[in-house]
Amino acid sequence: MGAATLQEGRGDAIPGYDEQIVRWFVLATIVWALIGLAAGLFIALQLTFPSLNFSEYATFGRLRPIHVSGVVLAFAGNALFATSLYVVQRTCHVGLWGGRQLSMLVFFGYQLFLILAMTGYPLGITQSKEYAEPEWYADLLLLAVWLVYLTIYTGTLARRREPHIYVANWFYLAFIITVAVLHIVNNLAMPVSFVGTKSYSQFAGVQDALIQWWYGHNMIGFFLTAGFIGMMYYFVPKQAERPIYSYRLSIVHFWALIFLYIWAGPHHLHYSALPDWAQTLGAAFSIMLWIPSWGGMINGIMTLSGAWGKLRTDPILRFLVVAVAFYGMATFEGPLMSIKAVNALSHYTDWTVGHVHSGALGWVAFMVFGAIYYLVPRLWRAPLWSHRLVEWHFWIATIAIVLYITAMWVAGIAQGLMWRAYDQFGFLQYSFADSVAMLHPYYLVRALGGLLYLIGAVLMTINVVMTIRDSKAGRRESVPTEQGGADPSLQSALAAKR
Amino acid sequence: MSKQERDPLTGQLTTGHEWDGIKELRTPIPNWWLITFVVTWVFAIGYLVLYPSFATTKDYARGLLGWSSTKELAEATGRARDQQSAWRTQLLATPLEKIEANEELRRFAMAGGQAAFNENCAGCHGVGAGGQIGQFPSLIDDDWLWGGKVTDIHATIRHGIRDGGDETRLSAMPAFGEILKPEEIAATADFVLSLSDRSRDATRASLPGAALYETNCAACHGAKGEGSRDGGAPRLDDAIWLYGSSREAVIRQVADPKMGQMPAWQSRLDEATIRMLTVYVHTLGGGEK
Repeated sequence: MGAATLQEGRGDAIPGYDEQIVRWFVLATIVWALIGLAAGLFIALQLTFPSLNFSEYATFGRLRPIHVSGVVLAFAGNALFATSLYVVQRTCHVGLWGGRQLSMLVFFGYQLFLILAMTGYPLGITQSKEYAEPEWYADLLLLAVWLVYLTIYTGTLARRREPHIYVANWFYLAFIITVAVLHIVNNLAMPVSFVGTKSYSQFAGVQDALIQWWYGHNMIGFFLTAGFIGMMYYFVPKQAERPIYSYRLSIVHFWALIFLYIWAGPHHLHYSALPDWAQTLGAAFSIMLWIPSWGGMINGIMTLSGAWGKLRTDPILRFLVVAVAFYGMATFEGPLMSIKAVNALSHYTDWTVGHVHSGALGWVAFMVFGAIYYLVPRLWRAPLWSHRLVEWHFWIATIAIVLYITAMWVAGIAQGLMWRAYDQFGFLQYSFADSVAMLHPYYLVRALGGLLYLIGAVLMTINVVMTIRDSKAGRRESVPTEQGGADPSLQSALAAKR
Repeated sequence: MSKQERDPLTGQLTTGHEWDGIKELRTPIPNWWLITFVVTWVFAIGYLVLYPSFATTKDYARGLLGWSSTKELAEATGRARDQQSAWRTQLLATPLEKIEANEELRRFAMAGGQAAFNENCAGCHGVGAGGQIGQFPSLIDDDWLWGGKVTDIHATIRHGIRDGGDETRLSAMPAFGEILKPEEIAATADFVLSLSDRSRDATRASLPGAALYETNCAACHGAKGEGSRDGGAPRLDDAIWLYGSSREAVIRQVADPKMGQMPAWQSRLDEATIRMLTVYVHTLGGGEK
């Protein structure tokens, strides 16, 4: 059966499933990965060689948000759209609610938002809030797009043909709803004029800072964590061909994570004008968050029970599992850094940068790479062009992360120690400029890590492009869904069509 | 659909649900996970009880330890002040010229001066006080615009340069671009450049710029370019050029002179710190008597 039926038409091979929208989001993910990672490499080089800040439109301060938005909102965001819309259809056994037009509206609306936001940064158009840099006009567009996305998602869940909602969808839904709330509250602002770009925030001073980091930390917690745990709950068991380790654990860690994450934001404002009591509260919730986070890690990694051998031969599974391992590492490091005594050393140093990147490069991007390698052969119905290239991508990217985070650990801890070093008389031993000069070699190593990571993404792009070319040329003899054993929903859909 | 089965690899039962081929095991939650979760709650609650935590609209809970970040800062700075107070008192009681003679006091002043310099002065003069050519003078040579004795340096730091105030160091050079013709400015610059060239001592007087220099520059900079520290006119005969040594740079400086500014630090730093800075900068510059 199979192959012949699957090949007909470029549209939906499985009746009722909208795969075209997933294909678009996958391609957008790859394009934005290249842009976001290249921007990251360039600003890393700007820090290493300040003369690269050659124009007012290309200073570090103006290009940094292109990297951050490019990687978080654009790369990770498109990956969340792609996978959530794929997973919700497959696990609800039903096509998307609202049809092609509505989902295309989300696709083009979101890309337009990204372009509007990122073209503003070099011109200095920014709210100066991390992850929330886009000004009011882009924010309103995003809000509209997001509400349509929420409607499509909940509409699809509501008409599911399965009795229960799969755990991946709990996490995706928590991500979509919470991000909507975060986005609305942190971007409450009054435009100076409806024909101008500038707006003023509803909040001022330390209240503004607290709202911003409630937003900022929960963008990490829900955009980059809950959404990605949703991704993990689909792609790890699929690729490993194993059942989820523990249903009970998934319930407990879901509710614990959702409840605790939302309070942890104030730890970004330790030793600031934020009242002491709010700082303590943020730290306490961050510490309680450690084990719920590890619940997700255990459920992801232990799903491989009985199938560990697959890690040796399957680089796609390795991407997914190493991602979960980095998630475990970063979610231990985070609560540690939220303890004030540790934060006194780590705050304002490159340790924080290293921490964020062990999450972004290790957890978020590895999960996306694994998901893309899983999806592309299935969406384009052609075997992956080269498994060897996936191996190369995996090892180059892994070495890149190790270079990046070790350089930032050493640099950050050295900064923290230099800033608090006193001589025998109680005078500061180093100037700030001394600590900046010290960073140069570590920044060089970090930039090398960034270069390797970008090279890995280029290899993935080549692999995806060649796979699609194979697909168009009709070389689709072995369809992976058949290769990888039974895919019941696919077969039942095919059977239904016959 | 909901048929429980036993997973052959782990021996666990499934929940009987299935989505797109994915099943779930009924593995119990690991005990160590639950225990560690409880431990973090105990730790967190203890933390909240000991330190300031919850707030109402009017007040907040102080915590059993009575800790506050303001108090912690005050204690730390207080300890540092106590540690240094004997030295600081001695520093204020000793006449400026005598500080360096007391070896222990000098060492204290050098350590404190370096810290204060790195924090306040290095932004312009550079870490190590090498200055920046074209902008900020080097402080590690013995060329002083406003005097190199401890008392001179002390006054410069306290009152600043061209920073307002009655006692600030003040001098102004006319922009000769509005007074002389371009070829006259070029000739003057050539003469000025010759002042630091010993091989031209005999022939300098015959240069076309000699008379122009005599008329326009010598009153402040001296007949031989020896400068005047009292008036703040830089020496021109020592081959040290703050704003560049090229012919073009000197012409530019004659036509439209740059004149630097330095803040009056007496409003920002205490007298003991200013004295430490004085000793530090004086020593870097060779310790002129």
